[in-house]
Amino acid sequence: MAAAGSPRSAPRGLTGRAFKPRPAANGAGAGAVMEPRAPSGTGRPSWGLLLARGHGPLGFSSSSQLLPPENADPQRTAFLLRKQWTLYSVTPLYRFSNAHLRNYSRLLSAFIAAERQKGWAVEVGVELDIKVAVSSLPDLKGSDQDHAAVLVEVRSLPSPQKTSQEKRIWSGWFCCVCGDDFFENMPEDFTCLPLFLANGAESYTAIVGSWFQKTFDCCFHRLAISPLNLSWMAAMWTGCKVDKTASAMELIFSVPGLLQPLDISYAIHPEDAKALWDTVQKTPGEITQEEVDIFMDCLYSHFHRHFKIRLSAAKLVKVSTAIASAHCDGIIKFLQSQYLIGVLRLLTELAISQIQ
Amino acid sequence: MQRRQSSKTPKQPLQGHHKNQTDLSAWCKGGRTDPEKSVENHQTPNSQKNDRQQDSLEQALCYFEKLQDRVSLKKNSVLQQHLATVESIALQRGLPPEGFDVLLNVALSGKFADTVNTCLLKSLVPASVIPESSIISSVSWLCVGKCSGNIQLLFLKWLITVFDFIDHKEQIHALYGFFFSFLQDEKMCPYVCHLLYLLTRKENGESIQWCEMEYYFGMQSHLQALLSLYKLFCPELVTITLPGKMKTYFKNSEGPWKAAINAIRRRSQGNSPLSQPLFLGTAQPQSRKRKWNTQLFIPASSTNRNNLEQDSGKNHVDLYSANKSFPVEQLQTFPQLLENIHHLEFPSQMGSVLTNPLLLHYMNCIKDESVYLRLNYWMGQTLQEECTWCVADNQYEDEFKDFLETVYKTECFLQEGFSSCEEFLYKSLPLWDGFCCRSQILRLVSWIPLGNFSEMKSHLYDPLAQLFFTSSLYFKCSVLESLKELLQNWLNWHVIHLDSASDSQVCSLNTTLSGLVNVVAELIQFVGWISTVALRLENNPTFLLYFILDFYETVCDMYLRYSLPLLIMPPAGVFYPALLSMDSVSLNQLCYIMYRYRTNLVAAKENEQSKKKILQFKFSSQTYQEYNQYIIAMVGCLWTSTAFQKDIHPQGLRMDEELLKKTAMQELKTSFNIVYHPAMMGYAVLFLQQVMGWANIWGKKWNWYLEYLYTQGLKGLKLFIESSINRVSQASRSKAGNTQA
Repeated sequence: MAAAGSPRSAPRGLTGRAFKPRPAANGAGAGAVMEPRAPSGTGRPSWGLLLARGHGPLGFSSSSQLLPPENADPQRTAFLLRKQWTLYSVTPLYRFSNAHLRNYSRLLSAFIAAERQKGWAVEVGVELDIKVAVSSLPDLKGSDQDHAAVLVEVRSLPSPQKTSQEKRIWSGWFCCVCGDDFFENMPEDFTCLPLFLANGAESYTAIVGSWFQKTFDCCFHRLAISPLNLSWMAAMWTGCKVDKTASAMELIFSVPGLLQPLDISYAIHPEDAKALWDTVQKTPGEITQEEVDIFMDCLYSHFHRHFKIRLSAAKLVKVSTAIASAHCDGIIKFLQSQYLIGVLRLLTELAISQIQ
Repeated sequence: MQRRQSSKTPKQPLQGHHKNQTDLSAWCKGGRTDPEKSVENHQTPNSQKNDRQQDSLEQALCYFEKLQDRVSLKKNSVLQQHLATVESIALQRGLPPEGFDVLLNVALSGKFADTVNTCLLKSLVPASVIPESSIISSVSWLCVGKCSGNIQLLFLKWLITVFDFIDHKEQIHALYGFFFSFLQDEKMCPYVCHLLYLLTRKENGESIQWCEMEYYFGMQSHLQALLSLYKLFCPELVTITLPGKMKTYFKNSEGPWKAAINAIRRRSQGNSPLSQPLFLGTAQPQSRKRKWNTQLFIPASSTNRNNLEQDSGKNHVDLYSANKSFPVEQLQTFPQLLENIHHLEFPSQMGSVLTNPLLLHYMNCIKDESVYLRLNYWMGQTLQEECTWCVADNQYEDEFKDFLETVYKTECFLQEGFSSCEEFLYKSLPLWDGFCCRSQILRLVSWIPLGNFSEMKSHLYDPLAQLFFTSSLYFKCSVLESLKELLQNWLNWHVIHLDSASDSQVCSLNTTLSGLVNVVAELIQFVGWISTVALRLENNPTFLLYFILDFYETVCDMYLRYSLPLLIMPPAGVFYPALLSMDSVSLNQLCYIMYRYRTNLVAAKENEQSKKKILQFKFSSQTYQEYNQYIIAMVGCLWTSTAFQKDIHPQGLRMDEELLKKTAMQELKTSFNIVYHPAMMGYAVLFLQQVMGWANIWGKKWNWYLEYLYTQGLKGLKLFIESSINRVSQASRSKAGNTQA
């Protein structure tokens, strides 16, 4: 019993996870986020209420910060673009080490083989038809403190009879962009890669995820994006410059409380949207909740004038711009490599707020 | 998680029929269930068909079970029919666990010709699991050698294919030697090798030598496989060198079963409710539970392979060779824990400690931050994802309830709250309806660690107060109960911390004495406030008063029992309803509390005067003043009958003479003394009935009456009167009189 005194205080002080009281002046957003039972909700409340700070979502304040670090080669991350990634949040990995990536590849492929054969007698000596590679993606980080992103790929091997090529059948990556605040005070046994993105069959996500959970004692959970965060993305991405003539900005709303699903798509010419945003934004490089609200309200009232439909009563489910597109179910598609890091930074913060 | 899924899925489609199936033996003895009746019960044509099939399968199994003598197939149409039934049902839906025993017994006993036996064996497609007992009896048939070599081979092939469907394997492992002896049979050898390969464990290494000998002669690949496995387990015992790579060790022994099992599995998954798409709000597929990783699941303890792997990376130690750490799976008893405590490692997933008391013991004595961190991350995520009132479409309330219960028990065991649990409560209480998982949530509240006040107020007190005022009397009592537990847990924590503080200099903001005093004071004030309001809302029920006074029983003793320099008097809104309560229980409780306040205050006063150095904490004179006001009111009420004159509390009983006269009541003064007090009147009447002839209680009788009250169990009253009332007649007994300090 004498020993019990000390560990008692340990978890609190050490995690630095003392629950931050919500700022009082965020009435605007609170209503939308705090209604988990509303049929229009994403199914889970956004705990942290992260966006209601003075400086944009979690200090994501400057559009200049959307630019990638200078040394990054866009070619090396090009394969991440134009794919649908399902988002997960991941608690810190326990005893994960970059030095053992090759070992992890081997263990993980054995695990996948075992899982696929589950329920059958072991067939010894049968060659695996898949190959698993765990590798590091050093380009994907926001600051020097960030852990390098980790890529997991499952490839199907060509069968000897056919001359087909190796094919990527599933891929997923862990990353952390500017998560410094989060892993301050983190003991060294833990590796913070709070955001996980997966592309491919969910059965593989399940197997790979289970292996990571078992091996590194972490938890994966789907990362939904609340309508409030989606509107932030809409505003933020509107303000970004894109070289080529960009595609239209599209907002998709779903109307709650109907027997038949009804989606409303609202497309805006990117230059019009940019012009509107420029009139709303007071200080370049800084975004506030108020500005986002004004921006969205302007769009809503414009829509109302033409169609007599109040979009504010519907639920924003998807935002697509030239930078990226995001769905409230937690699915993202990156479209511009120069803004990849910036978008990841925002997603990292969303993931951190979910696991904190 | 994976294990759970895989064992669950094949079972799913059967659940509707299980009742019938498990009744098989009863049915055999007691005759058939009425088919017409069951048709009435199940109106859909599909289930009618199922029922008919069910009946015919039962008939067939019964037939096979009762079979005594050898029967030939050709002449026997009954046998043909039953055989066809078993075959078709097996291929369609698989056989229930009960069927295997019967059919294996028949097939291996040699009662039939080999064609029938083959047919039976080929039909042995499991729908869910295969009971271990049926395998054991089959092996005994093999040993007796009643069946032909072909049937033996077929059985072995079948056993290899369905190996993972067998529900337990302990007893089969015990038969290792029997299987090993079959190796001598040339035909059976490859399959037996495969089977042994599946069965072999580390301790089976002693069989190596014979195996090696055989291998010298034949170099068969199946023996090589077995040897390579032995080598893996006991490298020191295998003397021969094996060729490096070999592609296929074992012949494919899937036989006809694998395809059938696959087909059944596919079909059953199609029908199972779990995999059916939910048609609620098709716009957003929110069938959360179907998604990976969305089941509430406490992982099983398993050794941290990750560490082993990393070690082996350094010095090439084989995974299975004698490693230093003791595998947690083998930890079964407390002595084992004590023996291995220095080379025990936590499981790969910390969540598993929740269901493992031994590991909780271990956790209690290991001061490793990462242990708590890992557990907290896991628990925080699980609570957040599974919370039934925070996550839409989550109907798994019972599961969640059990989980909360487990968490609470763990907290009790470790005698401390988890920070993840605290955060969960802070986040979810504002959304809570006060009904779902009520007792679990309120019990978890009692383990909230000490925090700072602003946090507690906005995240605990405010949402709790809202629910408290709008909910039933029972809810109010439960809240008070759990806040009492919370206070006690904090105080206990403080006492333990006091003991260990001398040797450690850890003094975070939460743990400084002034911080602690403030947080405790806020809690007591909060309870005082909600109690006052609740008493008014509910019209002073005794039940509620009991829980409130119970809370103050802890409060009044904090200085002496928990060495906390803090005493807070109950608010007038609690004190006066208790004093004027209709119930002697409340009054007695109040007397006891006031007695303890007195004892604590006197002790504090003495301490202050005796110690020369300036104490960091002194009770404010306000506390003494409040106590004195209450004691005057109480003594005035119960003893001197002067409550209306002497009560000086602003919210007290003091009333003008004029006003009292207007009530036109007689003997108003005495109406609250220990004789006439509504809570005591009953005692007075009984007392007078016992000592007949007296009309009133005065003088000596007053003392006798007091003695009578004490014998009636009013211990609190006794302590109060003996300590706080300066009795002229017994001045020697009560020492200091009241505390006009």
